[in-house]
Amino acid sequence: MNVIVCVKQIPDPASPGELDPSSNTLKRDGKLILDESDGYGVEMALQLVDTAGGGEVSIISMAPNGEVSGMRTALAMGAVKGVLVSDPELAGSDALTTAKVLAAAVKKIGDADLVLAGTESSDGYTGTVPEQMAEVLGLPSVTFAKTVTIDGETLKVERQTEAGYDEVTCPLPAVVSVTAGVVEPRYPSFKGIMAAKSKPVDTVTAADLGITPVGWAGARQEIVDVAQAPEREAGEIIEDDGETFTKIVQYLDGLKVI
Amino acid sequence: MSFELSDDHEAFRSVVRDFAERELAPHVARWDEEHHFPVEVVHAMGELGLFGLVFPEEWGGGGGDFASLCIAIEEIGRVDQSMGITLSAGVGLGANPIYRFGTEEQKQRWLPDLVAGRTLGAFGLTEPGAGSDAGATTTRAELHGDQWVINGSKAFITNSGTSITSIVTVTARTDAGITNFVIESDTPGMTIEPPYRKLGWHASDTHGIALDDCRVPASHLLGEPGKGFRNFLSILDDGRIAISALALGCARACLEMSVEYAGERIAFDRPIGANQAVAFSLADLAVAVENAHNLTYKAAWLKDQGRDIGRAAAIAKLYTTEAAVTATRVATQVFGGAGFIEETPVARFYRDAKILEIGEGTSEIQRLVIARSLGLPVV
Ligand SMILES: Cc1cc2nc3c(=O)[nH]c(=O)nc-3n(C[C@H](O)[C@H](O)[C@H](O)COP(=O)(O)OP(=O)(O)OC[C@H]3O[C@@H](n4cnc5c(N)ncnc54)[C@H](O)[C@@H]3O)c2cc1C
Repeated sequence: MNVIVCVKQIPDPASPGELDPSSNTLKRDGKLILDESDGYGVEMALQLVDTAGGGEVSIISMAPNGEVSGMRTALAMGAVKGVLVSDPELAGSDALTTAKVLAAAVKKIGDADLVLAGTESSDGYTGTVPEQMAEVLGLPSVTFAKTVTIDGETLKVERQTEAGYDEVTCPLPAVVSVTAGVVEPRYPSFKGIMAAKSKPVDTVTAADLGITPVGWAGARQEIVDVAQAPEREAGEIIEDDGETFTKIVQYLDGLKVI
Repeated sequence: MSFELSDDHEAFRSVVRDFAERELAPHVARWDEEHHFPVEVVHAMGELGLFGLVFPEEWGGGGGDFASLCIAIEEIGRVDQSMGITLSAGVGLGANPIYRFGTEEQKQRWLPDLVAGRTLGAFGLTEPGAGSDAGATTTRAELHGDQWVINGSKAFITNSGTSITSIVTVTARTDAGITNFVIESDTPGMTIEPPYRKLGWHASDTHGIALDDCRVPASHLLGEPGKGFRNFLSILDDGRIAISALALGCARACLEMSVEYAGERIAFDRPIGANQAVAFSLADLAVAVENAHNLTYKAAWLKDQGRDIGRAAAIAKLYTTEAAVTATRVATQVFGGAGFIEETPVARFYRDAKILEIGEGTSEIQRLVIARSLGLPVV
């Protein structure tokens, strides 16, 4: 069982991000870390390979400046190798170009039974890359997975929905997007961190993968404007008159969380 | 010349910090209040590799350097001093004597579990009548046939009574002089007394131990007979750097919390940090933290270079533990009344800090070591 996980490396959310006013995109020239929402995919992949009793987890990432810090975290968790696509030409790439690049990286590693990705990244996102990648690869796409199990050649996914979950089966290989929070990502151990240093990461350009045009040149999407997120509205306070629980139940029902 | 830790060290630090903030921070106040020793945290730290950092891979360790261990202790201690000392003592007093002085057979018997954090070991040096003057030990061991029979008592022994304690190494007097013995938990004749009621370190495990005709096989003698005194002194040198790292975590936590609070808390229509009296005390604290960091990691570096560490360990331990006690006092003052209330972590750090100036050699003993290194005829 070989699994490839798409991991995004993002500016540390703990320090305030900055937008580049000329392109309305997030500045990514500093040190990048593994996007927390991709930690779940890495963990799920490691568990699947473990359960299968053989195979390996590889990772792919597209990031500026040859950045591998975030990939090293995934390698320290237990992935065995990676492909990084890093290329100044890629600046300004839209979601579709990203999907094409990642799909080419999947092919470069080859031999994948399953490709995992987060449903969306936490820094700047469209929430469409995994599905586009599946299309480019000609593979089935399953989204919002909360559990993934493999039964022979068949993939079984519990797919999260507003009301609960759907049980989806599909043939392998496939591309699956994993919902945040569904597994508990392991902490990389000291040995893992040390071993990660010597695990191979193949750095390639978009041209190496045969993907052109990319970046601003290939983008069919443009960010025309950005606006402040609206202030969060004040919550509603319900005085307890002994019957408050019915109102709370109604409220939660309205949110479809119960 | 470089004053920086490596990128690997920093990557490791961020993992341990993340672990401490997620797995420890939400529970520390409760463990402290309930005097609860969280065994599962010891196992989790073991899985992270923290107990094995400095031991070779053949024993299941990480083959890392002493600086990495200091980073781990500092980061755990920044959130929870009790788990910080549990780690520090587990490595330095539990596993290290076995690794340093054990025979192949002894290592095979005890080391892999200690290194993995599956079990804990303790080191019983202090006695009711022998603390700073550890050579005054009155515990006795006599060879009867192929067994050593040990009689005496030990005081204040960390990690000696947890549900996963596997061994207590004790110093005892024999005809050859002071000698170390390994006693397995549950050995008849060894009574682990009820836990002390302590001022701080509530979630750390500390007991007195009574040894009453406690019999161990001859194979449990650790190191050369008569060399016990010298051996434990060198164990303590390492331990002092580790305590320095623990104290550094305490001082750093106090500085961080105080700076944040001083920027937020409003009195007289301005943040209290706008008053020089408050701001300057935190500036002084920042200087102390910087010094403490440099002394701790300099000592760790000397150790990693295989150089003499006696003096550097004493200097680091002395300075950093006193800085930590000062830091908790400053932080409590900055927090005002809230600093005296258990809801704020500074109150817990205030209680936890004082022992740092006492355990593994009091400040006075560190000054003695340093003064002697100056060639002074001090007794
Ligand atoms: C929570 C806790 C955990 C501990 N864990 C362990 C452990 O795991 N293993 C272990 O073996 N011990 C442990 N100890 C014991 C600790 O190391 C001793 O308490 C410490 O070394 C001091 O010894 P003492 O208490 O006998 O004090 P004393 O030696 O009686 O000292 C009392 C005071 O006199 C001063 N003094 C003594 N001699 C001199 C001198 N020559 N010159 C100047 N001043 C002097 C001391 O500095 C101190 O201020 C622990 C103690 C505590 C409280």
